[in-house]
Amino acid sequence: MALWTFLEYAAWGLSALLAALMIIEWVRTDTTYSEEVLTSSREGELEAMTEEHKIDGGQA
Amino acid sequence: MTDFDITSGERDGMGPHGTKVGLLRVLGPAHVWALGVGIVLVGEYMGWNFGVGKGGAYAALIACWFAGILYTCVAMIDSEVTSTVAAAGGQYTQAKHIVGPLMAFNVGLYLTFAYTMLEAANAITAGYLISEVARLTSGVTDLDQRPFIVLAILFLAWLNFRGVLATLTFNLVITAIAFVAIIILFLSTSGVLGTSMMKHADLMSGQASLPYGWIGVLAAMHFGLWYYLGIEGTTQAAEEVRSPARALPFGTLAGIMTLMTAATLTWYVCSGILPWEFLGDGVNGSVAPLFDTARLTGSGFLVFLLGVGTLFATLASANGCINDASRAWFAMGRDRYLPGWFGAVHPRYRTPYRSIIFLVPIALIFALGAPLDQVITFSILSGLLEYTFMPLNVILFRKKWPMGVIKRGYEHPFHPIPAITLLTLCAVTYFAVFLGYGTQLVAMIGFYIIVSLWFHFWRYRFVNRGAQFTMPWPRPAGY
Repeated sequence: MALWTFLEYAAWGLSALLAALMIIEWVRTDTTYSEEVLTSSREGELEAMTEEHKIDGGQA
Repeated sequence: MTDFDITSGERDGMGPHGTKVGLLRVLGPAHVWALGVGIVLVGEYMGWNFGVGKGGAYAALIACWFAGILYTCVAMIDSEVTSTVAAAGGQYTQAKHIVGPLMAFNVGLYLTFAYTMLEAANAITAGYLISEVARLTSGVTDLDQRPFIVLAILFLAWLNFRGVLATLTFNLVITAIAFVAIIILFLSTSGVLGTSMMKHADLMSGQASLPYGWIGVLAAMHFGLWYYLGIEGTTQAAEEVRSPARALPFGTLAGIMTLMTAATLTWYVCSGILPWEFLGDGVNGSVAPLFDTARLTGSGFLVFLLGVGTLFATLASANGCINDASRAWFAMGRDRYLPGWFGAVHPRYRTPYRSIIFLVPIALIFALGAPLDQVITFSILSGLLEYTFMPLNVILFRKKWPMGVIKRGYEHPFHPIPAITLLTLCAVTYFAVFLGYGTQLVAMIGFYIIVSLWFHFWRYRFVNRGAQFTMPWPRPAGY
């Protein structure tokens, strides 16, 4: 019984720790890098680098 | 996980158009398999057996195989379109390129809700499983499940936050263990190793064969989806696999084959050992049928293995759901369908960290405050709406860019038969869902109509229209 009571508290504590880790890292990242850098991801760019959609004449 | 800072200047940017920080291409076909099968396999461990309650064991098998056909169509269609439209967001991005903004907005919401609700349902299940362990091992009957529900969501969110490679490698390991557990249970009970324990002839004869007739078979269709619900989630890895054209079709099609095998074996061992009345009552009877089957074998090893398998399948599903919901939300933010703030990528971990964090409290609210059956129903209905979109999407895709016009990673055979089959099976499933959850179905369609009006009359003005079409394809036929 005591073991499971302890595990309940441990689960609460670990949850709080993980939440704190994510929030601290989130704030640190947002204050270190500019919004322009953080939101610079563009769809299809890597695709454009690794895949070529040309099949005319059998060229890939 | 790569641990360099992409903005440090030691390495140049990601591409030719200004990306400084993007998602990381580190995944292979095994990770795609782990993502798809990991989300789904919990449906083999629990949930599918409600179909037995609706129509008996044979009805559940018919539903299993009909739903298997439906999802094979889903997997084939997805493999073709996603290996060609290889970007985060999966079906949302497909809809954006092939149908239009309003459909894309709706599909993005279907995806986010389906996965976040499923994540919440999995967390509730994990809490329940831990309380069962407490009851069976220590006689504790009043365990507070909430800390374990919260811990499951936060641990998996943290893992997703830290990087996709570790997240999906973790999924690969626990999903493989859960799948092997089913195989071992089958081998141990079917007579392949040792004496057969199967009693199909006794348990499924006479009145027990189809206790509610063919209407029971129709009603069981709803729960046939459980065996496979979520395999389409493989598409969300499109921007993080090293080779989309190969990894996505390979991982997705291997995934559906794995699931059809696991589903059939699960039905076989459970219906051969558990009476249908007990098996079909997922609330007061068999909550976790594979685990209950293992308990009836009397083998301590099998009980332990299937207990671990049940917990691992639950965690793998929640983990994959966090991955997929965050990618869909991120992609919508990146295109300004939602505030652009959600389109941020962490410079070190290369994950959509704001989307991951934002969805945590939403999952917690549903996991702690909503009944499990309602959460699951909301997830299934969102998934069903998404499956209805898929056949229309692939028909338009083939019409606008016929074969030979663009390079496809995979070309699914027999078009348009899979699309028509999928559409027909969706219609049957809508009817089956309407029989059991008509109010929820109508309420949810009403919800999506309201948010569509909001998008059309307000949000669309903020959408980044220049990013609507990013694939290097020729102009569509007829435009």
